[in-house]
Amino acid sequence: MRREIAFLRRGQPVRLSQAAPSLTLLDYLRLEERATGTKEGCAEGDCGACTVVLRRVVGGEVAYQAVNSCILLAGQADGSEVITVEDLADGDRLHPVQQAMVDHHGSQCGFCTPGFVMALFGLYHAPPSASPDRDAVHEWISGNLCRCTGYRPIVDAGLTACTGARSDQFSANEAAARTALAALDDGEDLFVGGDTRFFAAPASIASLASLYLAHPDAVLVGGATDVGLWITKQLRDLPKIIWLGRVRGLDAIEDMDATINFGATVTHEAAWPHLASIDSDLGELMRRFAGRQVRTAGTIGGNIANGSPIGDTPPALIALGATLTLQKGDTVRTLPLEDFFIAYGKQARHQGEFVRAVEVPKLKPNESFRALKLAKRYDQDISAVMAAVKLTVEGRHIAEASIAYGGMAATPKRASATEAALTGLSLDDPTGLDAAVLRLAEDFSPIDDMRASAKYRLAGAQALLAKALAEIGGMSSTETRVFGRRAGDATAA
Amino acid sequence: MRPLPDTNTVNGEATLRVVRRDLPHDSARKHVTGGAAYIDDLREPEGTLHLAIGGAPIARGKLTGLNLTAVRAAPGVVAIITAADIPGTNDVSALGLGDDPLFVDSQISFHGQALFAVAATSRDAARKAALLAKVETETETPNISVEDGLQSGETVLNDYGFVVGDVASALAKSPHRASGTLHIGGQEHFYLEGQIALAIPGEEGDLHIFSSTQHPSEVQHIVAHLLGLPQAAITVEVRRMGGGFGGKESQASAWAAYAALAAHITKHACKMRPDRDADMAMTGKRHDFRVDYDVGFDDSGLILGLDTTLAARCGYSADLSAGVVDRALFHTDNAYYLSDTNILSKRVRTNTVSNTAFRGFGGPQGMMAIERVIDCIAWRLGLDPLDVRMRNYYAPGRDVTPYGQTIEDNVLPELTSQIERSSDYRARRNEITTFNAGSRFLKRGIALVPLKFGISFTAQHLNQGSALVHVYRDGSVHLNHGGTEMGQGLFVKIAQVVAETFGISMPYVKVMATHTAKVPNTSPTAASSGSDINGMAALDAAMAIRNRIAAFAAERYQVDAAHVSFRDDTVIVGNEVIPFPEMVEAAYRARVHLSSTGFYATPKLHWDRDKGHGRPFFYFAYGAACAEVLIDTTTGELRVLRTDLLHDVGRSLNPAIDIGQIEGGFVQGMGWLTGEELVFDDKGRLRTHAPSTYKIPTAFDLPEDFRVALFDNTNREDTIYRSKAVGEPPLMLGIAVFAAIADAIHSLAPGKPVPLNAPATAESILHACSCMVSIR
Repeated sequence: MRREIAFLRRGQPVRLSQAAPSLTLLDYLRLEERATGTKEGCAEGDCGACTVVLRRVVGGEVAYQAVNSCILLAGQADGSEVITVEDLADGDRLHPVQQAMVDHHGSQCGFCTPGFVMALFGLYHAPPSASPDRDAVHEWISGNLCRCTGYRPIVDAGLTACTGARSDQFSANEAAARTALAALDDGEDLFVGGDTRFFAAPASIASLASLYLAHPDAVLVGGATDVGLWITKQLRDLPKIIWLGRVRGLDAIEDMDATINFGATVTHEAAWPHLASIDSDLGELMRRFAGRQVRTAGTIGGNIANGSPIGDTPPALIALGATLTLQKGDTVRTLPLEDFFIAYGKQARHQGEFVRAVEVPKLKPNESFRALKLAKRYDQDISAVMAAVKLTVEGRHIAEASIAYGGMAATPKRASATEAALTGLSLDDPTGLDAAVLRLAEDFSPIDDMRASAKYRLAGAQALLAKALAEIGGMSSTETRVFGRRAGDATAA
Repeated sequence: MRPLPDTNTVNGEATLRVVRRDLPHDSARKHVTGGAAYIDDLREPEGTLHLAIGGAPIARGKLTGLNLTAVRAAPGVVAIITAADIPGTNDVSALGLGDDPLFVDSQISFHGQALFAVAATSRDAARKAALLAKVETETETPNISVEDGLQSGETVLNDYGFVVGDVASALAKSPHRASGTLHIGGQEHFYLEGQIALAIPGEEGDLHIFSSTQHPSEVQHIVAHLLGLPQAAITVEVRRMGGGFGGKESQASAWAAYAALAAHITKHACKMRPDRDADMAMTGKRHDFRVDYDVGFDDSGLILGLDTTLAARCGYSADLSAGVVDRALFHTDNAYYLSDTNILSKRVRTNTVSNTAFRGFGGPQGMMAIERVIDCIAWRLGLDPLDVRMRNYYAPGRDVTPYGQTIEDNVLPELTSQIERSSDYRARRNEITTFNAGSRFLKRGIALVPLKFGISFTAQHLNQGSALVHVYRDGSVHLNHGGTEMGQGLFVKIAQVVAETFGISMPYVKVMATHTAKVPNTSPTAASSGSDINGMAALDAAMAIRNRIAAFAAERYQVDAAHVSFRDDTVIVGNEVIPFPEMVEAAYRARVHLSSTGFYATPKLHWDRDKGHGRPFFYFAYGAACAEVLIDTTTGELRVLRTDLLHDVGRSLNPAIDIGQIEGGFVQGMGWLTGEELVFDDKGRLRTHAPSTYKIPTAFDLPEDFRVALFDNTNREDTIYRSKAVGEPPLMLGIAVFAAIADAIHSLAPGKPVPLNAPATAESILHACSCMVSIR
């Protein structure tokens, strides 16, 4: 067992054996290392000013992961090289991303700039090295807010810098970095602290299971994209933290004939292409799920275990009929995902039990799927309403409907009355379909809050279902959507 | 010596080598490397204490008990500070009105208002301790919305307005009348660097304060007043802000005051940095407005009479509301001549944060009002709104504003026809009509909206700038002026002016932090005035030194001083070319004074507020935007398809910087009117107090097709190199997006007024769509 957190800074190992379990990486950088180039803009992972890049070896490849250091625990940097904005220039020579930001007038007040530079540095090293288009740049900086420039010069800087071959000092020293990172990768359980206060990162499922049995009061951390806020916003003391990011095999993705099985710590970024392969709406949903930094850290298991009524993956996975695998000690059990969410803040997870995996069925040839989301902002916003619709269609008739919503109740929830009303209807029966859509008012009594009124939530939920039905009935998404049109549908507005 | 190409000889202007060039921001390299230091990045003096504020749990009522025992006992706590600890006056109001207490004494005026501060050995210790107070209150019913305030009749300032001609009879005689109400939401500044100050005690009670403020002199004066010290004992310094947008004009002062008071009491350096949520919950925002209007017009859409009242939610205190709401009135004409009009205002008191300056300073709300009126006229008459706009433009003989200033520099007719052509407005209008006829869920809309923005502080005394320039013996130049750098590129522009004056290249000029001991009694960097007043002051200072060097050179080389010129890092004296540093050294040895202050007072201004008459503005900046949008009429979702901006900056000091202001201002204005929604609950708690709930635009929200151009113009007034102010005006280009959304909704029921309120969130758009259909 290892008793200290270890990561690289500028090629040299940093070892933390006394750190508080909930020390964030940003506080480590700014307060302990006094590297103040990285900024705190919001301390909740929504502005990206604190973006740093973790260089890791993932699946044999060197990966450059842009993450929000404000809500990342210092321990989550274990095994990586932490790269900050101060590290990019090669002596007096600016990094290509930095130079492009200067050349394109990409900074005004400059406070968000380190975060943008680091996000674009991630893009600079993103595989494949093919030139990104404007949309790709938008996507890479979707987790970064700028209040001065209006983004255009930043996007131009990204396009300029990230086009062509990579030729910075980091590509040059990748071999050495691999060696240094390999030296940190000991495969040992990590445990820093004592019995009452610790940061632990077990290396195997067995270690995790026994540690959590011994400390069922510990907080399990996937990506800390929510737990981070308990620390920075609620000022909670979290004495016992078990980070799942080093558990071997828990991040496995098994893409089978009829299902895809996601380990609990599969990140949203890693899950994205697999979910997109089920349906293009799932791909769009993952893009909108959060900014890149949050998708890179956050996990599929975390989004489920967290139990939020406005998490974006649960409604989609429920509509698809996903099955959850839970484990406590050596005991493994499964249950339909929808049964996991009991009430607000209450899930069917026993003390000492953890989410191990979720199995997502692929669509059968006679099944159609739509996932649609309403929020105040297209990118990086929490849903006001999230609708997921799976219809089994025989000929032109709806043989079966599986419809789940987020943002409409205290938990992600099926629309049973509406499903029943739709079953047996023809897709060519507009009157019947309209009537069925109205049944959503029986299924849900949403609330008013700062994201939307109850009235809008219900109207929006109905509109999204009507849209899904129209599309499954044959209408092109170019006629039904302002954004996020489906692959294959023509692109003209 | 390689002279730069003479590319700047347009309009017969003398060759300029530094001014008008696309130079990067003075700190660009430091921004991208993390080397630009903001206040939280400075090394803290040993023993620095960190502050946190304990806030009121109710929006209105009496503070009847404050038990701080647990706070005092919390780990790391060194001191607790309340109103009783203030040696001077418990007021941090910008105008000294006494209505902005630093701490609640007995009356609580908004949710989260400061009751006490904790000073502790770490940031987390202070924040955790602040949560432990036991607060007892007697709750009174708060006024939250503008309507609540109107109903209760409470105001922070007296009603004020312009009355021109006889609006009642003009309305009565009008062939057409339309009336309505428009709600315009507020806006959070969301400067990326939150409020912050670090106060360091010196000798005998002196304080050096690092404050992220647009108005260092005001911080200095307020802290002196609070502590009962002479202003000379307080020094305020700010190198840069991570954004301001008006949010650090008056509202940086309180945070500096907390730090200063704590430093004064504890004799330790004290840092006050609220968390983002506390910052958003405790600081003022753009005023939201309710506008009621009644307009009379003829068949051509010409406005014959307009009676309008603007009710502004000012929050609990006056702050800068006098100027903000006045400026709303000054811009309710926007580009249009109003012959008979009442433009009135109410400055409503509510139990919410005290609303404050925000880029445009009320102007945007005034423009929103008149643009809605214009749209209503077009809808009623079935005319293209652009034609109604142009029909009402100021023109010869119709060129006096409701406040009596004659418009002398109007370029909107040319500017509008240029953008009308370049945006292909008419053809796209037709195309959209066809599209909408065949589209069930989705509708498109387009709008072309002009802007005219008055440049000068309407508080006349603020129209002054000061600078301090030193030339050192090696030729390097030290530049100070009264303006602050918040990202807008002021420092590089003024450095360009000074470099141009001395004929030297930019590396010679070192721009220094704004510092009250270098340049005193400064005006806020606000009202878009930064480069106008400080550029002129810096020019004045640099010219004084240049003239002394020229006189010395003329005497030494026995030529006429008129034959001494400064360029390409040299001084050219007759046939002699002397490197600038050599000439400076020679001048020094000849005992020439190489330092000077500079000063500027904007000419031609006069304003009689009581009579509502005068010339409050030195000149106007103009612009126009054409926006096209696509909306989903069943969900209210919005996509901005294309935007063309054409904006007048006179002759730009730095076109790249100006384009940055235009694009950034537009996007900020678009955000204000679309996704940015402030939600207060009925208890007066702000529910949108972080970026997770308050959504400013991201890169994805940019118009897919975004075209920006500078209008070829000069400034008829003698401003710094004939440039025009650019900080605020482009924000109002965002109004075109709002008008385009209304246009799209209008297609659902042509002829009906569109009840769209701002911000046009999906919910607001859907609501307006539903109303259109249900009243059809």
